Amino acid sequence: MPRDFYRSHILICADPECLAKGASDIETVLESELEANGLADEVNVLETSRLGHCSVGPEMVIYPEGVTYVNLTPAAVKEIVAEHLLKGRVVKKYQFTGQARKDEELRAPTAKEVRVIMSRCGVIDPENIEDYIAEDGYAALAKALLEMKPREVIDEVLRSGLRGRGGAGFPTGKKWEFAAGQNSEQKYMICNADEGDPGAFMNRRVLEGDPHSVLEGMIIAGYSFGAHQGYIYCRAEYPIAVRTLRIAMRQARLMGFLGKDILGSGFDFDVELRMGAGAFVCGEETALMASIEGKRGEPRPRPPFPAVAGLWGKPTIINNVETLANVPNIIRNGAAWFAQYGTEKSRGTKTFTLAGDVNRTGLIEVPLGITLGEVVFDVAGGIKGGKRFKAIQTGGPMGGCIPEQLLETPLDYESLGAVGSIMGSGGLVVMDEGTCMVDIARFFMDFTQDESCGKCVPCRIGTRRILEILERICAGEGEDGDIERLEALSKYIVQGSLCGLGQGAPNPVLTTLKHFRHEYEAHIYEKRCPAKVCKGLISYRILDTCPGCMVCARNCPSNAITGEKQKVHVINPDLCERCGICMSVCKFDAIVVE
Amino acid sequence: MANKDLVARLTDINKRIGYIPRGEVEKLAKELCLPAAKVFGAATFYSLFSTRPRGAHVVRFCQDAPCHVAGGRAVLDAIRTTLGLEPGQTSPDGRWTFEMTSCIGVCGVGPVIMVDDDVFGNVNPERVREILKNKN
Repeated sequence: MPRDFYRSHILICADPECLAKGASDIETVLESELEANGLADEVNVLETSRLGHCSVGPEMVIYPEGVTYVNLTPAAVKEIVAEHLLKGRVVKKYQFTGQARKDEELRAPTAKEVRVIMSRCGVIDPENIEDYIAEDGYAALAKALLEMKPREVIDEVLRSGLRGRGGAGFPTGKKWEFAAGQNSEQKYMICNADEGDPGAFMNRRVLEGDPHSVLEGMIIAGYSFGAHQGYIYCRAEYPIAVRTLRIAMRQARLMGFLGKDILGSGFDFDVELRMGAGAFVCGEETALMASIEGKRGEPRPRPPFPAVAGLWGKPTIINNVETLANVPNIIRNGAAWFAQYGTEKSRGTKTFTLAGDVNRTGLIEVPLGITLGEVVFDVAGGIKGGKRFKAIQTGGPMGGCIPEQLLETPLDYESLGAVGSIMGSGGLVVMDEGTCMVDIARFFMDFTQDESCGKCVPCRIGTRRILEILERICAGEGEDGDIERLEALSKYIVQGSLCGLGQGAPNPVLTTLKHFRHEYEAHIYEKRCPAKVCKGLISYRILDTCPGCMVCARNCPSNAITGEKQKVHVINPDLCERCGICMSVCKFDAIVVE
Repeated sequence: MANKDLVARLTDINKRIGYIPRGEVEKLAKELCLPAAKVFGAATFYSLFSTRPRGAHVVRFCQDAPCHVAGGRAVLDAIRTTLGLEPGQTSPDGRWTFEMTSCIGVCGVGPVIMVDDDVFGNVNPERVREILKNKN
């Protein structure tokens, strides 16, 4: 669809904050001024939201110059039209000169990154389908529906080597092939947007920034194996993603990409949006389907696999957001194009979220097969504050902690599996030397025991018992035999649980036991926390270099510090709660933890 | 036995009243032709639903690892002491409910807290006290 060309585009902020400050009047004045100056055909005015300076709104941005004007009044608008748009002179007195709003989640890519999935995020207007179409959007759908047979679509995806991005890494084309082989009138296509791994938000960014890529992927998938009804299951914690999806679905329907006889091909497909209500386990495919059916979101045994008997007993395919967003690219550019990225068995690019003690946290997209070390030091800019790297946790709460000596491990499905971890949805948490690995394992167990749906006894009770043992160890009450108990319990949980949650739950414990066993032993046998984190095993002491400034004593919430002015202070260990506030406020480095 | 609208209907009730009272469970069960136990079972399964009254403001603290390693523990303590509540409790005056939440997906700016529907990132103990004071 050809778009009109304009010499300038003006984005005017029309979110609730700016509207409350009179943005709609500003827009009316702007339009009449453009008309009066004969510019209406040359300058395009677009309403948008969240330009980011609402406290000084109403505001607008004029492109191609990219000048932001704030504190707009009708008089200011008249002046800007006369000066900026007619004469090309920036009107300095209304120009915003403060710190531009930074996207802290998705920064400019570094040398080792490749943006494919994220290429449109932050570039196009996600609430305008024309923006997506202008970037080759829905071209793949047209190609699939009009030039390819369903079987050819499956073959192309099979050849590309695309594997599920939700965590398990099952070949996507193979999944579709199973469902295509089912003889059933009714089949379902589900997009799993129930992203719940702590630290993972890549799917949210795709849904918020490029929702049509996911819709397009869903329609193509439905076409390939014969589904006419799709569901998107999105977690309720993502209200903005839900809103952009709703807008995208409405626009796609208006344009004829959803509904009856799509693009005149005779193929019907429509999508419904379903929201979760705060249950991590609903990211598991059988639990997700139970939730859509209106039940408690509990997993069930497989087989039968969803491709055979899924939603309401019908053949169902469940693909992750990022998997589906890859599909239009593969159809449009071909399997060979996709396979240029990644390794033999793990092809393409993958988004990861970086959190923890690195200089650049946020979202990245890299070719699979890049090493963990390259991610930590090249892409993420190394460890914060010049500290030393200790471990990287991949795969979310059911993943594992990987130590320094394994930093050469490539980020691909097989290699991560070989070191006891998983790809998961792509959450990476980097930890520096100040992290206690027993504490971290305790932390992840706290998560899984909380999120265990309770159906399988080993998962429900076993994770709780592991957590109790870890809590005891962190409190300095570890006993001989605890490590063996942890190992045995882990084994039972892995063997006795139905779904990925239980089967993966012990991974944080098993990997920290494997790579950081000495820390467990230090806690249990020497009653010492090597990283000086566990409150039950540390004490604070004031050195003789204390000048007696009284700052620590004033800040201590439990009044555990005594001492006179200009004399060395003392901490009463019985009152001290080991909060560390004294150490953080001491200007003389006279307080140590040991 | 199930009804595909059940979760959406419970979401509506939870939003409208702030929690899901027993009477509403029974009413919905009748309307959807489901046993009340099924409806109650779904209402207790999902963590965003509550079957007990909640405070006027719900403060949620993200308890997950990315926020934890970014200084979450001090933030948690600050909420505890400022509100005088432990996670899961509602203040006697009905003003506050303090809950833990799992990841809300804005880990790039952790630690994160949520007050009602607003998300606050990069918080520290001082910011927490300020945010809660402004809600008062």
